Amino acid sequence: MSFELYRESFPFRISEVEIGASASGNGQQRSLRVGGASTLPFLSFDGAPGHLPVVGMEVWDVVPEPWPVPLENVFGPVASDPVGWARHCVEEWGAEFICLRLRGADPELGDASPEACATLARDVLDATGVPLVVFGCGNDAKDNVVMQKVSESCAGRRCLIGPVTSDNYRTIAAAAMVNGHLVIAQSPVDVNMQKQICVLLNDLGLPQTQIVMDPTTGGLGYGLEYTYSVMERVRLAALQGESSLASPMIVFCGFEAWRAKEAKTGPADGVVQGALWEALTAGTLLQAGADMLVMLHPEATRAVREHIKALAGGEMAI
Amino acid sequence: MILIGERINGLFRDVAQAIQTKNPEPIQRLALAQIEAGAAYLDINTGPAVADPAAVMPWLVKTVEEVVDTPLCIDAAKLPAIEAGLKAVTKSRPIINSTIAEREQLEKYLAMAKDYGAYLIALTMNRRGVSRDAADRLAMAMEIVVTADEQGFPIQDLFIDPLVLPVNVCQENIVEVLETLRQVRTLADPPPRTVVGLSNVSQGCPHRSLLNRTFASMAMAAGLDAAIADVLDGELRETVAAGRVLLNKEIYSDAFLGSTSRTSPKQTLR
Repeated sequence: MSFELYRESFPFRISEVEIGASASGNGQQRSLRVGGASTLPFLSFDGAPGHLPVVGMEVWDVVPEPWPVPLENVFGPVASDPVGWARHCVEEWGAEFICLRLRGADPELGDASPEACATLARDVLDATGVPLVVFGCGNDAKDNVVMQKVSESCAGRRCLIGPVTSDNYRTIAAAAMVNGHLVIAQSPVDVNMQKQICVLLNDLGLPQTQIVMDPTTGGLGYGLEYTYSVMERVRLAALQGESSLASPMIVFCGFEAWRAKEAKTGPADGVVQGALWEALTAGTLLQAGADMLVMLHPEATRAVREHIKALAGGEMAI
Repeated sequence: MILIGERINGLFRDVAQAIQTKNPEPIQRLALAQIEAGAAYLDINTGPAVADPAAVMPWLVKTVEEVVDTPLCIDAAKLPAIEAGLKAVTKSRPIINSTIAEREQLEKYLAMAKDYGAYLIALTMNRRGVSRDAADRLAMAMEIVVTADEQGFPIQDLFIDPLVLPVNVCQENIVEVLETLRQVRTLADPPPRTVVGLSNVSQGCPHRSLLNRTFASMAMAAGLDAAIADVLDGELRETVAAGRVLLNKEIYSDAFLGSTSRTSPKQTLR
């Protein structure tokens, strides 16, 4: 008797998004494509799996303080030079993209000038040759001027900039549209607000192919399950026709995992618990539909990349 | 629930005149306006004044398809006019509107729908006319479903129209229609879809828009899948948008009015 596997199929698919583009006349820059799936993550027997999730690493413009010892051990030698740090991530640890976190732009953490931020972003972009995500400091007023300058200095390079929220999106989205970038549409772990910001961006004229959603990552033990539920709901709704939610998603596993006190303990027996914390956060969110994962620790980065490879290449266990 | 734009119908004077003078402009303008308003389908009807609907229908189809990609609902009283319309369709999968539940006619229409890969609307009425209560309508709906099944016609491609009559003519009819909508879903798995001519409910009444949208929200709650309606009525559209959110057909966002009218063209049949 033959057995036919039940196949779940969906009528719609996630938008395909391209991040990164060469400066004119310079073919050095790599680009990444994410999204495109017509089914749930890694269920390639049900539909088109789309592009594999990509794994990038986070670089800060200022030396993070306080700095967990295991991270200081790894990044200490390069942390004061963001461009060198970024190159190291790409050349030594295989980061597929760099996420430059502009902490130092925060008026309370150094108040770096928008021009300095813009120059740094451009330098990182040129030095690494991989696509760049630029993440603001979280102060809306400052981020608006910083992102405007960043988007000008990196014009035409299809950087992913943000975040934007439904309370603050016009300036950054307009700058992205004018200069050919993509924006990170952020919601506070809330499917309704995720839809709202995407609708507002669409209304402004930004197409789905220039939006990556950030549902706000909760690290393991700190809200991971909420993030998972929201992402799963977003993905299912998009596959069923919620066109405003049909963008790929980015998650910040490194940054969020290391906020947990458990991550900072160790290393014990040679294992960096924080790296495990990151990797477990990432492995979980991969199943919820994460398309871009931003990591910190090189060990976690490597583990997640291998995990993706195994999930994508594994034989179906039936 | 999806909206099928009702406006390209020879019953309307401007359309009748455009058909008579073979002037595509008013028809194309109506097609675009209805799409802009969120119609998922456009109903196309030559109207009763045309001497030979089968000769006019292809021109109407072509005129509309010149400006929109939206699928059409080919609406005529007689089979030759519908078939002429189906032959002229070049873009998307159309809906046939409609057949009565009389077996001989139903079989012909089912065969035609299969030949042209179309959806089919079947009315819960026969030669004796419209039935009074939900039980009668459901019995006819069941006959339609059984006949379709015998013919190998996919039940989810079938629309049951329980026939809405004007509230000022046949007031007790409305609750029977709502009850029919609720129960049609239990006739088969997957169930046939349902459709109504929404504006019929207010034919000849004052405050038509109010009656239409009130009925729309009741019918949506009863499970209605599609309505042939006045999509240019903004308040009706807003009622449908609110209904889609309240019935959990769409994820809520504060911009639910805007987002629904924009996404509804994509809420096609599947």
